[in-house]
Amino acid sequence: MSFPQPKPEVPQLPQNLLRTIDCQQGAVRAVRFNADGNYLLSCGSDKSLKLWSVSRGTLLKTYSGHGYEVLDADGSYDNSQLCSCSSDKTVILWDVATGQVTRKLRGHAGKVNCVQFNEEATVILSGSIDGTVRCWDTRSRKFDPIQILDEAQDGVSSLKVSEHELLTGSVDGRVRRYDLRMGQLHVDFINSPITCVCFSADGQCTLTSSLDSTVRLLDKSTGEMLGEYTGHKMKGYKLDCCLSSKDTHVLSCSEDGHVYCWDLVEGSLMLKLPVGKAVVQSLSFHPSETRLLTAMEGRSGIGVRLREMVVWLKSDMLLLPWLKYGINE
Amino acid sequence: MASDSDSDGDFVTFGTPLEPLEEDEPLRKPVPLHEQTVKDEKGRYQRFHGAFTGGFSAGYFNTVGTKEGWTPATFVSSRQQKAGRQNARPEDFMDEEDLGDHGIAPRQITTTADFASGRKDVIRDKARAITSLSAPIPGDTVLEDLVAPARSSMGVELLRKMGWKDGQGVGPRVKRRLCKQRADSATRAFGSASPPNGSSESQDEEDGEFLPENLTFAPKDVTPIDFTPKVDLHGLGYRGLNPLAALRGGPGAGHINLFTMDSDRTNSLFGEDRKGQRRRGGVAGQGFGVGAMEDDDEDIYHRDIMSNYDTVLGGEEPGDGLYGWTAPQQYNRTKKDHSKDAAYLGKILEGFTLASDKLETKTIFPPPNLPRDFRPVHYFRPVVDLSSVSPMVAQALQTSRGHMAQEAPSKGGRHQLDSAQRRELLGEATLQGPSSVFDLLKVEDRERLSGLRRPSSDTSSGPRQPTPGEARAAVVAAGVAAAAARASAQKALSSRFAPHAEQQQQEALSVWSGPTAQAQTGQTFKPFERTPHKQARYDLYIDQLKQGDRDALELSLDPTMTEWERGRERDEFVRAALLYKPSSSSLSCRFTRGKQDDGVEADTVEVTRDQENDVDDKQAAVKMKMFGKLTRDTFEWHPDNLLCKRFNIPDPYPGSGFVGMPKVKRDKFSVFNFLTVSESPTASASPAPQGVKPSEPGKRSRWDVSGQAGDKERKEKDPVSEFLSVARIEASGSGPEASTTDGPTTDPTVEPDTEQKDEEEEEEEESRPSMDLFKAIFASSSDEKSSSSSEGESEEEEEKEEGVRSRAGTGPQISNQLNVNTTQPAPPVSAIPSQHPDVVFKTPSGPAAAPPPRDQEMEEEEFGPRLPPPSSTLTERRPSLTPSAKDDKHKKKCKEKHKAKKHGKNKKDKKQKKKHKRHKHKGKQKKSSRKEESSDSSSEGSDGNSQEDGEEGGGVSTEELLRRLKGIRGKKLQ
Repeated sequence: MSFPQPKPEVPQLPQNLLRTIDCQQGAVRAVRFNADGNYLLSCGSDKSLKLWSVSRGTLLKTYSGHGYEVLDADGSYDNSQLCSCSSDKTVILWDVATGQVTRKLRGHAGKVNCVQFNEEATVILSGSIDGTVRCWDTRSRKFDPIQILDEAQDGVSSLKVSEHELLTGSVDGRVRRYDLRMGQLHVDFINSPITCVCFSADGQCTLTSSLDSTVRLLDKSTGEMLGEYTGHKMKGYKLDCCLSSKDTHVLSCSEDGHVYCWDLVEGSLMLKLPVGKAVVQSLSFHPSETRLLTAMEGRSGIGVRLREMVVWLKSDMLLLPWLKYGINE
Repeated sequence: MASDSDSDGDFVTFGTPLEPLEEDEPLRKPVPLHEQTVKDEKGRYQRFHGAFTGGFSAGYFNTVGTKEGWTPATFVSSRQQKAGRQNARPEDFMDEEDLGDHGIAPRQITTTADFASGRKDVIRDKARAITSLSAPIPGDTVLEDLVAPARSSMGVELLRKMGWKDGQGVGPRVKRRLCKQRADSATRAFGSASPPNGSSESQDEEDGEFLPENLTFAPKDVTPIDFTPKVDLHGLGYRGLNPLAALRGGPGAGHINLFTMDSDRTNSLFGEDRKGQRRRGGVAGQGFGVGAMEDDDEDIYHRDIMSNYDTVLGGEEPGDGLYGWTAPQQYNRTKKDHSKDAAYLGKILEGFTLASDKLETKTIFPPPNLPRDFRPVHYFRPVVDLSSVSPMVAQALQTSRGHMAQEAPSKGGRHQLDSAQRRELLGEATLQGPSSVFDLLKVEDRERLSGLRRPSSDTSSGPRQPTPGEARAAVVAAGVAAAAARASAQKALSSRFAPHAEQQQQEALSVWSGPTAQAQTGQTFKPFERTPHKQARYDLYIDQLKQGDRDALELSLDPTMTEWERGRERDEFVRAALLYKPSSSSLSCRFTRGKQDDGVEADTVEVTRDQENDVDDKQAAVKMKMFGKLTRDTFEWHPDNLLCKRFNIPDPYPGSGFVGMPKVKRDKFSVFNFLTVSESPTASASPAPQGVKPSEPGKRSRWDVSGQAGDKERKEKDPVSEFLSVARIEASGSGPEASTTDGPTTDPTVEPDTEQKDEEEEEEEESRPSMDLFKAIFASSSDEKSSSSSEGESEEEEEKEEGVRSRAGTGPQISNQLNVNTTQPAPPVSAIPSQHPDVVFKTPSGPAAAPPPRDQEMEEEEFGPRLPPPSSTLTERRPSLTPSAKDDKHKKKCKEKHKAKKHGKNKKDKKQKKKHKRHKHKGKQKKSSRKEESSDSSSEGSDGNSQEDGEEGGGVSTEELLRRLKGIRGKKLQ
């Protein structure tokens, strides 16, 4: 009765379709995992935001309150709050449990493309087509943003927050990194409208996808290009890209209905996941496991597809219950 | 569920999930109360009685469960069974409802006391302690406690029976190697709980030395993770003050340990309590005095001792650390048992333990000696690559720092060398590949670029944002002698770098000392009203100019100022003098002076201090995939203090008064506004503004964009609108002044310039390079503007022709003046040979009421009022034109265009954004409506609807003007 040896390492690419969920909310504009990857959020064009359980695929809650299609959403670290942004120019802070609107933040002059909590969910950052990023305080009762970052010369399409940095991608073809700690703004010129930006998990690189059908991996500190990933099609839509949870692969949506996975180092196309016939609009990678979430805009049934490799049971999962009950009882 | 087989094996789903609510689905009617039924377990209908479920159905129609209703039970004597049923339990009197789930004594399977684990005992202990407190004699239960057998849980009992000993692990016996490996994996499995720490492993190593081969061991014990959910609000590990423990305190219970480590809890798992935990019951100790039953009063005043507290986390290891292995002691002793020594020392010196690792000694370096001339103020400079800008601007930049002289000597230092120079010095071979972006361009492209660059470096001015004051100044100048003003204004820009300054001064002298100037009684425009001293100096300067003093400038300047400041002021004065030169026009008498003086409102504009580097270079770099230095700009950026607080980050600029990018207030009338670094390439592009769009205007800074757009539009609308604006501004500038000259005399002064310009424009039209070339150089640049340009192409052409015709009559009068002003020898009437300087002329002195770009107009329709163009403060003075009906028509047109272009989403975004930018920047929306009207109407005028404009012009200016405009129309109709 010896303990099982640890299994070989789990492959890094999701290949098996785990589940398809029909969200029934029109076109799904964005899908996001929550902080621990147990839940997922789907932003629908029918003005609703839905919360799903990943393991069961059941609908947990529907959040309605937006006046137009929901474009992006994010969950706080403690899963107690959600924020979402919409074409109705507002950002809404939700209470997860009750589904009530905690706060409705108005101020953007155009539709709000992207929204993010900071690490402690004390600030909501939202980027809008009006070219500004607004920093909203969730702690105070004031409805004015703390600060408005208006450096972008065109709409802000994507935005990510790290511990002390803010990464924005704009349609003016520039990636801006606001370093709060240093008090500096770094602008990287890409020359094509940016659709999505990401930090790598190690925080050393930034990933940028742009409308010239290219995903670029840039060194964060110098702005040098470390990798370039092409092959997919991204010409007109604002599609997402992301890195796998261990930074081994680069994934991007494509307008040809596939999700493209490249090896990060070699830049070679590793996998071309067929999702459907329409445009794969959004994707999200599980924060710890090899699971990928994709959203497709289709005819009527919109599927959120959760892909994953076989999840290996780890040895300690078996060990724990046995010890606990064996000794106590 | 489909996934029960795989990953969800651990989870159990009860029941079926509810169907997700359809929003369209009609709501089901709730079942009314009287139709809701309840059945009992036998399927009988039940009725509720009373507020709670406690009521029961008493038979039919509220009778008892039988037809008969209540019947008293027949009496049965129990005398014979007295001995049989001694103790009646409460359950004997309960029926099944009471024992059911919702009854008063629900039945469920629980562990009996025999099988209960140690945890249950704690509760029981408490209960017993409470009863003992309430008992008549305190401490009643003490005896009971003593007698009660030590209990261990059934699991432990079973294990013991199977040969398990306390302290051992559970599992098959293992050999030593395996045992070690297992210990590793166990540690990995449990992360946080760590009973086998480092020292015990080293123990293993030592054990191995004397072990026989075939000996097997029990596996090591591991502490299970305590999964008790944390329900209270205390900190981690904090147990709270147990009132019982406090009350039961005695001499031994002086210290109450609030924090219990996991190890304590493990002990309690095995049913053994700690020594100190079993205490006398009863009230005693602090606060209660000494009772009759207490032996002594030794510790009435409670003193707590520091050594009762743990000073290190974790504490000592539980048990003997042997884990069931009983080997001779000397093998178990670890050689370096720091913790024990430390604990010993801790008893000697209360509250202190020996450090386990040594402190690093800090080496303190003395601060560097500051140089004597060090100033503790850092002045941020825009990051400029001097090699990337034109040499003129670079030089200007260095001069403006005022440190030219200091920087020059360091030129030879090794840090100044670029890679090529360094390579030469080191004698290395040339690297493969292109060394510069320019090398990668085609030869002809490069030549073309350098060709574009050269004129810009000659004139060293670029397209820029026309500020209201400047534009107005330009128009004032145009009213008198447009050509001269253009030349001079342009030269004013470049005067710092070239010997133009002399000429300009002379020019200013000649203008101000003229008869018209002498006739004027007072100066009407005070460009430096904000700073009285400066204005005073300026007045002095003007006075001396009027007297014809040649050294007027030098005399009027403040000798206490630094050379640099003086140089700057010199330029400003000369320029102001030229721009606000006395008007001699007859137009002026027709206007009254505006109520507001814009000089008071805003002398300064806010400009982002750091400007982005050249976009064209970047585009080329992106094409070459040379990301990095070339494509990166770094700016100073100030986050809001509160934002830093929220991000848990110290404010990088504590005490800085602003947020965002640093803005610099600049004098509107200062030359230095327009010497921003990024301008040089745009200047190089500017010679071809009519046909070829400057590359990708959306990607420039917003100031550039509006400036360029304005330029372009200005060019388009030039001919007619200029007249109007000239007239208006002229009037506003010199309303009260007495006019000395007649109308006809003014006309020639205006005309030569415009005529020349138009001829030049035509020339440019011919000589401009083909579109393809520019497309090749500026990738993807022109598609944005091209749609609008192609639309407006024909209109432009028309306008130009129109403009040419309108300047039929030419007067040689000012061309002489022009001759004086320009550096290049210019033939009086014919076009100036080189096109470039001319274009630069026009830039600064464009008409004030430059119509807004059409796209912006379109945006107005959708997003509300457009913001004023920076030059428009002047136009509000003029009587407002009524664009009513035509305005509507125009709007419609705009809308149509807009629809056509709606798919160009990017563009729309850009425009919109730009507009907002300006909103924020200027915050002067109050005037916007008026200005919009004006700009609309003026743009229409140039669109060829000259009827109304002609009338306006006629109404505003002389008959001559009207006549000429009509002439234009006639020609156009032909």
